[in-house]
Amino acid sequence: MSHHIIEVKNLDYVYPDGKQALKNISFRVTHGESVGIIGLNGAGKSTLLMHLNGVLFPTGGEVSIGEVAVHKSTLPVIRQHVGFIFQNPDDQLFMSTVYDDVAFGPRNYKLSESEVEQRVLSALDTVGIAHLRNRPPYKLSEGEKRAAAIASILSMSPDILVMDEPSSSLDPSSRRRLIKLLHSFKHTRIIASHDLDMVLEICERTIVIKNGEILADDSTLKIFENEELLAISGLEKPFCMQNCPVCAAGGSVKKSV
Amino acid sequence: MPTIAESLNNIRLLDELSGQATLIHRLHPLAKLLTTLSFLIVTVSFGKYDLSAMLPLIIYPVALIIAGDIPFAPLFKRVLIVSPLAIGLGIFNPFFDRTPLIILPWLQISGGWVSFTVIMLKFVLTVLAALILIATTGITGIASALRTLRIPKIFVMQLILTYRYIALLLEEVARILLAYSLRSPFSQGVHFSAWGSLSGQLLIKTHLRAQRVYESMLCRGFTGEYNTGSLKKFSWTDLAYFTGFTLFFITVRQADIPVRLGALITDLYSISLKI
Repeated sequence: MSHHIIEVKNLDYVYPDGKQALKNISFRVTHGESVGIIGLNGAGKSTLLMHLNGVLFPTGGEVSIGEVAVHKSTLPVIRQHVGFIFQNPDDQLFMSTVYDDVAFGPRNYKLSESEVEQRVLSALDTVGIAHLRNRPPYKLSEGEKRAAAIASILSMSPDILVMDEPSSSLDPSSRRRLIKLLHSFKHTRIIASHDLDMVLEICERTIVIKNGEILADDSTLKIFENEELLAISGLEKPFCMQNCPVCAAGGSVKKSV
Repeated sequence: MPTIAESLNNIRLLDELSGQATLIHRLHPLAKLLTTLSFLIVTVSFGKYDLSAMLPLIIYPVALIIAGDIPFAPLFKRVLIVSPLAIGLGIFNPFFDRTPLIILPWLQISGGWVSFTVIMLKFVLTVLAALILIATTGITGIASALRTLRIPKIFVMQLILTYRYIALLLEEVARILLAYSLRSPFSQGVHFSAWGSLSGQLLIKTHLRAQRVYESMLCRGFTGEYNTGSLKKFSWTDLAYFTGFTLFFITVRQADIPVRLGALITDLYSISLKI
């Protein structure tokens, strides 16, 4: 059995205040795939992601990881295999040092302290912040915090990485480092983002969501070439696929003389 | 009055100080916790007029501040912040208890003033000891020591999460106050008409934030036990630290050292005069 497969069948979710956030969502993600989830604010992207490791449970339909249904009784197994990286790294980093934060997951799975240390150092090495291990998380830059948040998930050796807006509030060079890092992973990756250029670079497949429903599920390039679909879903082409704002006819930026 | 941002720094300063590697920091958290507890018990056990007998206890915080390389000023500032409570408890003593207790040729000090000074001294010593414990052990170290003492995990969790929650709460307060002050350039402080909505916002925001932090803990296998890694072994140095200081506290409690010292010096002086 592979834990790398995600299967979502007819997923519905209604918030306690009565708002229907997800309607009849179905898709299957296979081993090693990298899938982008895009849509406007409030479309249901984060709600969908939160179902993949049991932060939320469906009102209708079901979610399975490998062949294990996401259920209260299966949560320890599910959460070991699905690493969830929150939109705001400050929500994820709460211990007094980066080391303790990255060790938090492995320690909860009762690994020996030597195994914990090995995993922590290896995770910190992977994201390139081994030198920051004794620093308090609140003293890190946004890019470093993001790297620490990713390391805190990698130390649990997950098969699947679920990321909510991983590139938000990063400066260009931190964003580039993050993209390189995500490229280097062999995990199954699900990335919800408004950074369409990053989605184009990392994800071979993209799911478009609008008002809690799947509008399209296709190869990323096909999605971004479909101007009609993008217009309906309130999105734009990634910047790298748009004409140059300076030299294109009617370009939005005027050349200075 | 410190600003919110300063308070936030203050809270974090203790955490940062606990990351040092001095002799005191390297001691086992359990040894430090037990020593602090014995210090607290002995300190509060003194009678209301035992001012001179208590004085040698000052050695303990001073020794730890020096050996633990802890800056004195920020510690003392924190003590001052909570001092109104102790002043409130003892301020009426000088009015009600006017019996002269210390009679000097040029001055008479009433029992009320002595008991007030004892309350203040007890307060400063106990608060300092607690602050020094956090600054040399860290909240995580204290939590693991409490778990070693078989304190139920629910209480230890409460302690740790409350400690973390204060920082989250202050962060939100700082943000809300900044947003408020940027849009109300002529007002000093927050106008009372906005108190309700600001505190309501604060409650909701911090609740949501705490919810997200909790979710992220759950996502990493949290099941109610706050694992802080295995503690190092309790060594002979730790035992010596604990027993040494505890014996010192007991000696201070049993023998009025300043009085005995005074008597000894007087004796020696009179002997030397006879010779």
